[in-house]
Amino acid sequence: MKNLLPLLFLGALPGMILAQPQPSAEEILRRIDKQMVTESAEATATMIITNRRGRETRITSRSWSKGENTSLVEYLSPAREKGVKMLRLEDVLWMYTPSADRVIQISGHMLRQSVSGSDLSYEDMVDNGKLLDIYDAAVVGEDVFMDRPCYVLRLRAKDDAAEVTYAQRKIWVDKMRYLPLKEERYAKNGSTLLKLFEIREVMKIGDRWYPKEMYFKDVLANGQGTRYIMDDIKFDVDIPDYLFTKAALRE
Amino acid sequence: MFRFLMKGMLRDKHRCLMPTIVVTLGVFLTVGMFAYMKGVMGDMLNNTSRLESGHVKITSLAYRSEIDLLPNDLAMEDGPGMLAMLRQNYPDVSWSERIKFGGLLDAFDENRETRAQLGVGGIGIDLFGPDAADRERWNLQSGLRSGTLPQQPGDILMAEKLAGNMGVAVGEEVTLISATVNGSMSLQNFRVAGFIEFGIPPMDRSMILADLNDVKRMLDMGDWSSEILGYFPIPYYDDALAEALRDTFNVVHSDPVFMANDTLTFSANLDHDASIDRFAPYMMSMLDDSNMRDYYTYVDKAGSIISFVMIFAMGIVLWNTGLMGAIRRYAEMGLRLAVGESKGHVYRSLLVESIGIGVVGTVLGTIMGLGLGLYLQEVGLNMGDMMKDSTMMMPTIIRARITPTAFYIGFFPGVIATLLGAGLSGLRIYKRDTASLFKELET
Repeated sequence: MKNLLPLLFLGALPGMILAQPQPSAEEILRRIDKQMVTESAEATATMIITNRRGRETRITSRSWSKGENTSLVEYLSPAREKGVKMLRLEDVLWMYTPSADRVIQISGHMLRQSVSGSDLSYEDMVDNGKLLDIYDAAVVGEDVFMDRPCYVLRLRAKDDAAEVTYAQRKIWVDKMRYLPLKEERYAKNGSTLLKLFEIREVMKIGDRWYPKEMYFKDVLANGQGTRYIMDDIKFDVDIPDYLFTKAALRE
Repeated sequence: MFRFLMKGMLRDKHRCLMPTIVVTLGVFLTVGMFAYMKGVMGDMLNNTSRLESGHVKITSLAYRSEIDLLPNDLAMEDGPGMLAMLRQNYPDVSWSERIKFGGLLDAFDENRETRAQLGVGGIGIDLFGPDAADRERWNLQSGLRSGTLPQQPGDILMAEKLAGNMGVAVGEEVTLISATVNGSMSLQNFRVAGFIEFGIPPMDRSMILADLNDVKRMLDMGDWSSEILGYFPIPYYDDALAEALRDTFNVVHSDPVFMANDTLTFSANLDHDASIDRFAPYMMSMLDDSNMRDYYTYVDKAGSIISFVMIFAMGIVLWNTGLMGAIRRYAEMGLRLAVGESKGHVYRSLLVESIGIGVVGTVLGTIMGLGLGLYLQEVGLNMGDMMKDSTMMMPTIIRARITPTAFYIGFFPGVIATLLGAGLSGLRIYKRDTASLFKELET
C-alpha cells in the first residue's frame, strides 16, 4: 500500500491541476510576459518564407536584444541579404544595407511592410513589449490547441497605451507553460483579422519555456505563411551598449 | 453661263464677298477643329503606346491579372528566350522589354544621412543594348534639360521637377529604396546623369528612368521579364492589326485551358482551373491594357459626335447664308423674270452661283484650316499651366494632326450646305406670279 501512494498521487495530479483556481486574466498576461519578454538575449534564427510562386526562401539571422525597446538583427544568409542590419532604438527603426552603404530610417507606413517578403512586418520583427502594459485582458473561455489545454483571452489595447500594431488580439494560452500557442491579431475595429500566429514547437531553457518554431500568416497577403525557427537562444547575456548604435551598423 | 455669272459675282461684291467670307470662316473652323480633335486623340494614343503599353504588350497571365499593382514577382521567366522567339517569329514588329516599379528615392548628405525622400515611379528600359529602337521611342535627347543621357550602368535620368523638389543636382548619387521580387527591401545607389522633361505632368512629378539590367539587378529578377512591348512599323495605333496579332499569338503561345474559358472575366478565368499555367505569356492590345478600350470607344464616339455637331452647326450657318443671299435678291429675281428670263434659268443660275461661292469659300477655308492645323501640328498649344496638377497621361503640349479626311471634310458644310440653302430659298422663284411682278417691283 505504501508503494502505491506515489502512483495514487500521480494519478490525482491532473485533477489537482484542474482543481486549481483559474488565474485572473492579468495574472495570465504577467506569466506570459515572464516567459516571452527578456531582459537581454542573443539568438540565431531561420525564417522560411514561401512566396506566391510557391518557392521557398530561407533567411538566417542573428539578433541581440536588451530590454523591451532595444534590439539589433543582422542577416547572415542568403548572400544577397548578408550584412543587412536592423536596429531598433525605442520607437525608431534603422536599416543598414551594405551594398548601398546606407542607414535608412524606417518609419510610418513602412513599419507595417513585410520583412523580406515574409508574413512578418518590421513592427512584428522588433516587437518585445509586455502584453500587460499594452492590453486590458479578459478570459473568454477554454479550449484545446495542439493537444494542449488553453485559456482563451480577448485583449484590447488600453486607452492610454501608445499606438499599438494590433488593437485587439485573441490568444490561446497554454495552461501549464503560459505560452500563447495561438493568436489572432485584429485591426482596431475588432473584426478585421490581420495576422495569425502559432507556436508549433517549444523548448525549455533553464526554467523558461520559449517558442522553438513559430508560424506567421498575414491574412491579407497571398503567400503561404512564414515559419520562424529559433535555432539557438541565450538569455541574460552581457551585450555591450555600443552594439545598439547607428555607428555600429556599418561595422 | 458660268463665265457670265462669275463676272457678275466678281463685279457685285454684295453677291459674293460676304457669302464667301462666311463660307471660308465656317470651313476654316470646321477643318481646324477637326485636325485639332484628331491630334488630341492621336497624341493620347501615341503617348500611351510609346510610354505605357506599346501597340501590343506581353505579360504573364498572373501579372496581367494584377497589372495595376505592378506585380514584378509574377513576371515571365526566361525573358531573353521569349524576346528571341518574338523577334524570329514576328520580325515585322519591334519588340522591347520594360519594367515598371515603385519606390522611394532618397537623397543623402555628406554623412550619408537622408536629406530628402520622395515616392517615385520608375521605368527600366534598355539604355545600353544593341537595339536602340526603344531609346529612340522615348526621344530622350530632345527631352533632356540638363546633364547627359546615361553613360554607363548605374546612371539614371530623373524628371526635372522631381529633382527640383528634392534638391538633387546632376552627377549626385541617390539611393533608390524598393522591394525585390522576393519581397526584401532593396537599396541601390544610382548616379543622376541628367534631368529630363517628359512633357506629361504625372511623369514630370515623380518619374525616373533607369537601365533595364540595373533594375533587374535591383529587383533581383534574374532573367525574368515583366512586360514585353511590340510596335508595328506604322506611326499610329491600328486596333485591327493589334487585335489580329493578339489573337494569333495567344492561341499559339498562351495557356490553352485559360484561352478556352474566355467567357469568364480575366481573374475568375485564371482562378477557374488549377491546371492553368499562371506564368504562360499573354498578349493584349493597347486598348485591352488597363481597360483603355472603353475609354477609347467613349472618346472616339464623343469626338465623332462633336465633329458631327460642328459640321451640322456650320452647315446651318452656311445654309442660312444661302437663304439670306437668295432672299436679299428677291427684287433682282423678280426683275429678271419680268424681262423674260425663265424661272428654271434663274433657279439654275442661283444654284451655280452658290456652288461657285461654296467651292471658292471651301477651298479658301480648307487652305486656312489646314494652315492652322499644320501650325498646331508643328508648334502645338502649350497647356502646361492648366495641366500642372493633372494625373492623366496627357501631354502638356496639345498638337493637331492633319489626316486625309481634313482635306475634304470642309466640302460638306462649305458646298453642300450652301447649295441646299440657295436651292431651298430659290424654290420661291417658282411661286412668283409673273402678272404681279411689276406691282411688287413698284413697292
